[in-house]
Amino acid sequence: MVNYLIKRVLVSIFTLWLVATITFFLMYLVPGGPFLAEKTPSAATLEALNRKYGLDQPITVQYKNYMLNLLKGEMGESIKQRGRTVQDIISDGFKVSARVGGLSVLLSVAVGIPLGCIAAINRGKWLDNMIILIATTGVAVPSFVTSTVLMVIFSIKLDLLPTYGLTSWQHYIMPVLALSFYPTAYISRLMRTSMLDVLGQDYMRTARAKGLSQAKSLFKHALRNAVLPVVTYLGPLLAYTLTGSFVVERIFTIPGLGNEFISSIINRDYTMIMGTTIFLAALLIIMNMLVDIAYTIIDPRIKLK
Amino acid sequence: MSDNKKNILSFQLDVSDFLPANEEEKQSLVVMRESVSFWRDGLRRFRKNKIGMASLIVIILIMIFAFVMPEFYPYSYEQQIRGSENLAPMQYSKQELERIANGEKVFPHILGTDSLGRDQMVRVMMGSRISLTVGIVASILVLMIGSIYGTIAGYFGGKVDLIMMRIVDIIYTVPDILIIILLMVTLKYPLKNLADNNPAFSWINTLGVGLICIFIVFSLLYWVGMARIVRSQILSIKEQEFVTAAKALGASHSRIIRKHLLTNAMGTLIATTTLQIPSSIFIESFLSFIGIGVAAPMPSLGSMAALAIDGIYSYPYRLMAPAIMISLIILSFNLLGDALRDAFDPKLKN
Amino acid sequence: MRELLLDIRNERLSFFTPAGEVKALNDVSIQLYKGDVLGIVGESGSGKSVTAYSIMQLLPQNAKIIGGTIDFNGHRINDMTEEDMRKIRGNEVSIIFQDPMTSLNPVYTIGNQIIEVIMLHTNKTRKEALERAEELLALVGINEPKKRLKQYPHELSGGMRQRVMIAIALACEPKLLIADEPTTALDVTIQAQILELMMELKEKLGMTIIMITHDLGIVARMCEKIAVMYAGKIVEYGSVDEIFYNPQHEYTKGLLRSIPRLNDKDKKKLVPIPGTPVDLLNPPAGCPFAPRCDSCMKICLREMPPYTTIKDDHFSACWLLQKKEFEQGGGKK
Repeated sequence: MVNYLIKRVLVSIFTLWLVATITFFLMYLVPGGPFLAEKTPSAATLEALNRKYGLDQPITVQYKNYMLNLLKGEMGESIKQRGRTVQDIISDGFKVSARVGGLSVLLSVAVGIPLGCIAAINRGKWLDNMIILIATTGVAVPSFVTSTVLMVIFSIKLDLLPTYGLTSWQHYIMPVLALSFYPTAYISRLMRTSMLDVLGQDYMRTARAKGLSQAKSLFKHALRNAVLPVVTYLGPLLAYTLTGSFVVERIFTIPGLGNEFISSIINRDYTMIMGTTIFLAALLIIMNMLVDIAYTIIDPRIKLK
Repeated sequence: MSDNKKNILSFQLDVSDFLPANEEEKQSLVVMRESVSFWRDGLRRFRKNKIGMASLIVIILIMIFAFVMPEFYPYSYEQQIRGSENLAPMQYSKQELERIANGEKVFPHILGTDSLGRDQMVRVMMGSRISLTVGIVASILVLMIGSIYGTIAGYFGGKVDLIMMRIVDIIYTVPDILIIILLMVTLKYPLKNLADNNPAFSWINTLGVGLICIFIVFSLLYWVGMARIVRSQILSIKEQEFVTAAKALGASHSRIIRKHLLTNAMGTLIATTTLQIPSSIFIESFLSFIGIGVAAPMPSLGSMAALAIDGIYSYPYRLMAPAIMISLIILSFNLLGDALRDAFDPKLKN
Repeated sequence: MRELLLDIRNERLSFFTPAGEVKALNDVSIQLYKGDVLGIVGESGSGKSVTAYSIMQLLPQNAKIIGGTIDFNGHRINDMTEEDMRKIRGNEVSIIFQDPMTSLNPVYTIGNQIIEVIMLHTNKTRKEALERAEELLALVGINEPKKRLKQYPHELSGGMRQRVMIAIALACEPKLLIADEPTTALDVTIQAQILELMMELKEKLGMTIIMITHDLGIVARMCEKIAVMYAGKIVEYGSVDEIFYNPQHEYTKGLLRSIPRLNDKDKKKLVPIPGTPVDLLNPPAGCPFAPRCDSCMKICLREMPPYTTIKDDHFSACWLLQKKEFEQGGGKK
């Protein structure tokens, strides 16, 4: 187990390095530089700004400096948001996004798994078809649609819920709901297919032959086998959801990481882009590792290599 | 033991009943089910699937809506009509009412107009056109690149496979949204420069830099999913005995690939490609929503939704059309893909 | 006085599928006494498994008994609710399935899966159940039983897994053990071991066994009585000796002819039975075997033959036998 973890961590570091490098050089390719969008400053100011952010150095030097700083845990200052370090912006944003995101993942799992199971048990019947319909629609509707529709219904027409900010628990309802539509639908479908597969297995017949009730065979024998694909999905789901959805954050005016991330790309805030990219990649890698470890606990046949 | 040893003399028995029966009489009782070819069987199953057929019809209707109707529509997507800003659906502006009073026939703005006086209906049509184009072209590109890559990796196996799949794994690990956005932002200017300065590439401008960008980006990234699926299909079919039989008969590599492997994988390929379409459309609408998709004034359903949000308090309906349209398109393709997969997947046959 | 354990009378069972009614069992009757070892032989689709499963009501929802009765150990199976059935499954009647590789749940330990059935039907504590599980493993010939309890199915070989299945089946000391092709998925040598084990256990525990198989060799070794099934009907029934040395039904004869034998002096050609099995969606009106039978007569195609008794407890459903009887003047016995 320890060997595995060490190997995994090493591969992860390598991947992170690769991601950072690719991002770094991609950004360098963007013509113009970060100050293009603003009112064209005088040549002298431009030069001073470039020097301040080390952008006048040759690319290889910039790269080296960045990597060294990264090892120290410093990601530099944001180019667009003067005076704030990238780490601070990320951590502030992440706290917000993670809360909303975490709640939505919990909701998705709590609703998606049972729905999928119910659909599978009642295969072909009315209940199954209903659930399939809902789930299929759920994965087809983009998040900006669900968010805006929710907002129109509950805030504008019915005036029940607030439209921006996160100051009370009511503020959480719509963003969390909007964020969980797609994952809930996806998980239901996944669970249903997986459960159907498991229900047809021989060991389910053995369970019945022993005299176990439907419910008991389901909970004990079927569920554990069927939940694996959902666990696989949870890895990337958590990583992407916890870092925030740009769409939801923008529509509900939530100061989360997703918002910062997309803005920084569009605004060519180099340091922010690097910082958030690496953060997201790191989170993804960690989540995937946790998922793989979870596998081995759930299914003893899986050996970590 | 059941007591049904009957009394022979009790029922009418013809002695001739005990004569031997001939072949014809026996055969008449044998019912054989006819065998069908893979394609015909698949198509038959697909046709029986009502939802699949319905979604196919919807898609065809949408295509007519997106590709044919704008050509005959009295308004064009970038046309800004002065005085007709912010009209509600079916509402006429003052100038238009005057023209009608003068006896002119003015086609109504079925979905109203936006803040620049552009007819929403035709913009939704064009937006759908963009979405469909992106979806289909991107999926075809992904299919081609992915299947060639996956076939080579799966068929030749060994070191070739190992290296190829390692590359796939690395591309997979990198978060896609990230790279897409980065690439979109990065590629725009070089492409624009190329289109403006080099006459050989001026067609890029006609199609739209944003669009071409999206195609390039998708092709660079999304083939990996297809490659993996194709490879696993090839691997599983390769091991089956009929391939060994073909080899034993002396078939060449390309013949085996073409005739045996690809035809068997075809069902899964069709289904996967069809399901790739809504995926691409989804991402395109997202990119347009955040502003880095196709450029204005060309409408995309995503960018129309983004614009609609600004006016959402006063004109909530402006969001409905693009929202419903995009959901409908994605839903139909999802259902179609599911139906195709059900029809052509031999494992699901019972 | 022998105790009648299982009494199936004129059972008819059909599967109601979207394609139509599949008539799986067509008038099946079996009497099984305590201590008997019955072999049910037939091709795939003959109804041998369906008969056994119907005793335990293990069939899918669309299977319905449309005629006849099943009495087992004092229970009228037809009338029992699902809840009642659960009490006797794994308890009074157990089953061993064909494929040991897939019949055990891969995510739980062997121990867990054995004590599950013990604790379901008895009042034993977990500790006591584990002890019993250990005993059972030793009984079925698995070495290091304590260690095995903590292992997972994928860590055991096919033969061992089947032994575990037997252990689970025997855990609550059932009156009847059904073995559905228990050795088909195993190597020949392992097959022999498992069969030996079953014979030993039969002696030791005095169990009644129904052995379902398509392999006449197994039947010859293990069983005392044989029922030959075809298209949902028992076409011949008798003791092992009678069936092997005095087969009466054309199908039985065909089966025996098609077995290759090691001690054939002259190299005889294998004689398969021509034709294909019956389509149970549209079963023919007459004898189901008629189209494949060399001695088919016109009446065979029209009417279902009744049973003719050949000897004590040896009978067969065939018009030829009826004809013989008729010719010999209205009944041999």
